[in-house]
Amino acid sequence: MSSTALSQISMPFLMGNSLNAWSEALVGFNILGLPLGLVILAAIPLVFIALYSLTYGVYGERKISAFMQDRLGPMEVGKWGILQTIADILKLLQKEDIVPSSADKFLFVIGPGILFVGSFLAYAVLPFSSAFIGASLNVGLFYAIGIVALEVVGILAAGWGSNNKWSLYGAVRSVAQIVSYEIPAAIALLCGAMMAGTLDMQQISVLQSGSWGFAHFFLFKTPIAWLPFLIYFIASLAEVNRAPFDIPEAESELVAGYFTEYTGMKFAVIFLAEYGSMFMVSAIISVVFLGGWNSPLPNLGAIALNDWTNGPVWGAFWIISKGFFFIFVQMWLRWTLPRLRVDQLMYLCWKVLTPFAFVSFVLTAIWEVYVP
Amino acid sequence: MSNPTYTVIFYLFAAITVCSAAFVVFTRNVIYSAFSLLFTFFGVAALYVFLSADFIAVTQVVVYVGGILVLLLFGVMFTNSIMQTGQKSEVTHVVPGTLLLAGIIGALLYTFYTTHGWMPSETTMQGSIVERIGFETMSRYVLPFEMVSILLLAALIGAAFLARFDKPGK
Repeated sequence: MSSTALSQISMPFLMGNSLNAWSEALVGFNILGLPLGLVILAAIPLVFIALYSLTYGVYGERKISAFMQDRLGPMEVGKWGILQTIADILKLLQKEDIVPSSADKFLFVIGPGILFVGSFLAYAVLPFSSAFIGASLNVGLFYAIGIVALEVVGILAAGWGSNNKWSLYGAVRSVAQIVSYEIPAAIALLCGAMMAGTLDMQQISVLQSGSWGFAHFFLFKTPIAWLPFLIYFIASLAEVNRAPFDIPEAESELVAGYFTEYTGMKFAVIFLAEYGSMFMVSAIISVVFLGGWNSPLPNLGAIALNDWTNGPVWGAFWIISKGFFFIFVQMWLRWTLPRLRVDQLMYLCWKVLTPFAFVSFVLTAIWEVYVP
Repeated sequence: MSNPTYTVIFYLFAAITVCSAAFVVFTRNVIYSAFSLLFTFFGVAALYVFLSADFIAVTQVVVYVGGILVLLLFGVMFTNSIMQTGQKSEVTHVVPGTLLLAGIIGALLYTFYTTHGWMPSETTMQGSIVERIGFETMSRYVLPFEMVSILLLAALIGAAFLARFDKPGK
C-alpha cells in the first residue's frame, strides 16, 4: 500500500495503525496498577453517544424534520438555533425529578438505567476503526444481536414501574415488537455472516476491504444481498421503536408509551438510550453489508482514491458517516410514512419479513456454495 | 488469569450472581424476583466468559434473558394477585426439603474435595470456537440437532393450535 501524506496522519499517539493497535495499547495502559486504559476504552463510545445524540440526534432531528415539513425548526437560540440543544439540556437539568407516588420506586428508577446499559453494551463489539474496537470477540455479531434482550427488560421495568396504563401498554407493545422482529433481523444478519464465514465484526470488515472500494462490500458481492440488507434495515427500525414502527410510544394513542411518567434526567437517559441503539443498528448494518470502516472509493489507475482514504482515522470517519447516513434515512422515514397498526406490524413481521428472510438465507447459501 | 483486575472482576460477578439469586428466593414480591433473575443470568454469563466459553455466554444471554426471562415477566405481570405479598403455599414439606438440601450440598462438597484440579482435553483448540461448534453440530451431533428442531417445531405447532380462536358458529 503506497504510503501517502494522508495516511501518515492516521498515526496519533504513536500507537501504530495495524489491526486493533489503538485498543490493544489502551488495554495495556495502567496507572499505579489501576487499569485506567480499560476505563478509557469503555468511555470512548459513551462520550461518542453523548456527543452525537446532542448534536446530530437532537438538533439534527429537529432540523431535518422541520425541513421535511417545510418549516424552519429551532431558530431563536443562536444562529440557526444552533444553541437550542444547550438550552434544552439546561432545561432538563433544572427540572424536578418526579417519581409518581403510586409508582414502584425501585423499578421506576432502574428502568432507564437498564435500558441505557442494554443499548450501550453492544458498542463493545462495534469496530469504530481498523485500529479500535472495544472487544474483538469471535462471537461479536451474535453478541450484538443478543444483548438487545437487556433493553427489553429495561422497557418492561420502566413500563411496569410507572404504574400507569399507557406505560404498561407501551411496554408490552414494545417488547412484543422487539422480540418478534429479532427473528427476521437475526436471519438477515446470518446471510452476511455466511458471506464472511466469521462472526468477528473486525474480521467481517477486513474481508470487505480491497482496491475496488465499494465493489468489495457484501451488499454488492452477490445478487441476493440486497434482500437481507433491506430486511435487516426494516427489522432494525422496529427494534429501535422508530417510525413507522413507533406504536410503543404512539403519541396519539398512548401519550408517550413506556416513558409517559418520566421527567428530567431520567427522560434524557431514555432518549440517550434510543439514540444509542439507533447508531448501534446503523453501525451493524454498515459493518455487515457496507464494509464498516472501509473506504467506498475505488482506485482508478494512478488516482488511488482507495489507498488515500483508508487508515484508522479515515476508518473512524467512514463508519461514523455510514452510521449517520442510516440515521438520516431513519429520520427521513419517520416524517414520510404513517404508523402501522398492531396487527399490520405482526403481519409484516411473521408473514412477509420472516419468509423472505428464509428465502434470502437459502439463496445466499446456494450462492456461497455453488458460485466461486 | 493472575492479573488482579481479572480477579476483582471475577469476584464482582460472583457476588452479583449469588446475591441476586438469593434475592430471587427470599423476596416476597414476585415481580422483584423476576427482575432480579436478570442479574443472576448476566452473572452466570460473565462466569462462562471467565471459563473461555464465549459462545455459551452469549447463548445464555440470548436464551435466558431474551427468551425465558421476558416470558416469565409477561406471565408474572398478567397474574391477577401479583401485588399480594402475603400469599403462602399451604404445602411446605420442611423435612424432605431439608434432607434434599443437605444431600445436594453433601454431594457437591464431596465432588469438590475429591476431584483435583481441572482436566484439560487431549485435543487443543484450533481456530475459532464458533467454527468448531458449527462443524460438530452439522457432523457428529446432526441427529440430536435435527431431533431437537423437530421437537421445537411440534411445540410451536401445538402452541399455535392452543392460541387459535375458535371460529364462531362451529
